[in-house]
Amino acid sequence: MLLQRIENIGELTLYYLHDLGRMGLFLLRTLRGGVQQPFRFRAMLRQIREIGANSMGVIFFTAAFTGMVLGLQGYYTLRKFGSEGMLGSAVSLSLLREMGPVLTALMVTGRAGSAMCAEVGIMRNSEQIDALECMAIDPFRYLLMPKFLATMISLPLLTMVFNVVGIFGGYLAGVKLLGVNPGAFFNGMEQSVVNKDIIMGLVKSLVFGLLIVWICTGRGYFVHQIRGAGYGAEAVSRVTTQAVVISSISILLWDYILTAILL
Amino acid sequence: MSEDPIIQLREVVKTFGTQRVLDRVNLDIYPGRTTVIAGGSGQGKSVTLKLILGLMKPDSGSILVHGRDITTMNRREMNEIRSHFGVLFQGSALLDSLSVFDNVALPLQERTTLGREQIRKKVLATLIQLGLIGHEEKFPAQLSGGMKKRVGLARALQLQPEIMLFDEPTTGLDPEKTMEIYRLFHETQGKFGYTAIIVSHDIPKVFNLADQVVVLNRGKLVTFDNPEDIQLSQIPEIQAFVKATMGHLYLSSDLE
Ligand SMILES: Nc1ncnc2c1ncn2[C@@H]1O[C@H](COP(=O)(O)OP(=O)(O)O)[C@@H](O)[C@H]1O
Ligand SMILES: [Mg+2]
Repeated sequence: MLLQRIENIGELTLYYLHDLGRMGLFLLRTLRGGVQQPFRFRAMLRQIREIGANSMGVIFFTAAFTGMVLGLQGYYTLRKFGSEGMLGSAVSLSLLREMGPVLTALMVTGRAGSAMCAEVGIMRNSEQIDALECMAIDPFRYLLMPKFLATMISLPLLTMVFNVVGIFGGYLAGVKLLGVNPGAFFNGMEQSVVNKDIIMGLVKSLVFGLLIVWICTGRGYFVHQIRGAGYGAEAVSRVTTQAVVISSISILLWDYILTAILL
Repeated sequence: MSEDPIIQLREVVKTFGTQRVLDRVNLDIYPGRTTVIAGGSGQGKSVTLKLILGLMKPDSGSILVHGRDITTMNRREMNEIRSHFGVLFQGSALLDSLSVFDNVALPLQERTTLGREQIRKKVLATLIQLGLIGHEEKFPAQLSGGMKKRVGLARALQLQPEIMLFDEPTTGLDPEKTMEIYRLFHETQGKFGYTAIIVSHDIPKVFNLADQVVVLNRGKLVTFDNPEDIQLSQIPEIQAFVKATMGHLYLSSDLE
């Protein structure tokens, strides 16, 4: 019994180490695929449309309501201390440093990350990736590099959209609904937001972008080698769920780490 | 056979976990000939093809292509070797995001320096030959299984491979489409003169095409230089396999 349990733990540890190594090599090979010619510029643009432009609706909606909630909550909290005038700075700092990058990344994971994982998984499953290799076409250059670049370009841009829309939502709730002085709202924002806040948000969104595309395409690429995933369509669906969960958790984990480093 | 084999498997072992799929397998494949690899489902036929293509590495043993061991090759050498191969995958493995035309054009775009117009001419010529003209704008999801196979064959033939590998080219097709694929196989082999390796569990249909039939059974390969000898095999599993597939021949000829 005890021996069996120790053996299971050992096996599981080995599996996770192996998995981590595999994902590391996957990232390295993709980066190498990036410097190989020819670079697939048009494929990358298509991916930006897929990952970036098509996520705009979701981002708009999420950002507007997040900003409005921040406006409401901030107003009632700040009023206790008689400092409603700080609302602009509270809303914009929360958005720029935390909510914007994190929520954008989570939304993109759900919308585009899951789709990328399923796409790559299906391509592996139906031997399309094998076919590329047999034609001596490097799947890392042909298939994965455009996705990596597109995600890492899209995420900072989407985050900026999120921030702008969110601040406007906060303005709507705070100024238009609750009657905070608009001058104070924007003045507070202007005085408290410094370059460092914007850079912090930007760095976060770049790191989150890498995490999303790496985890989601990686899970799809190794769909048959993931523990307990099995084969066929079922494996693709299991691995896609797994990719979304791991990606979301990694985003929150790295958010803490990056905040601790960058603050 | 006086010629040197173009592909040689030497004592190849491949295991997945505790399952030994290939157990010290030896196989010689001679240029210009057609080898049929037969065997029941899950016996390792596809794995054998993937080993030959370098998509998987054996646990031990060596695989020689033109006398060079591919199991120790790096990526660049492997790509060089792969330019000799064409593959028709079991599910055709067309890229979903590309049209029929773009799928067939892909190897030319990626692996040659031909210009747009030259590529267009070459692709159209192949599409005409394989009866695919009028379908070039369609996407793989809009094609029937038999049509996908033809597109897959067209794509595989673009770079004039020296060796063609077919993974169950007729599985899932009706008898008419099956004959059509074998007719195209005949035609294209006649034209390009490639060495063929065909994985099939449909022995009767490929009997007359094969120069050599090998049967995979429980990790072992049994070679029959004369396909007719298969029926005389004393190995119980092969007897059962022959009986099962020959029975299938009876059925399908009854229907015709
Ligand atoms: N990538 C893999 N990982 C683990 N097991 C595999 C893998 N590929 C094939 N197998 C196993 O090897 C055996 C032979 O598979 P395959 O060569 O696909 O059979 P078939 O003869 O039907 O083509 C099967 O039992 C299959 O489960
Ligand atoms: Mg198979």
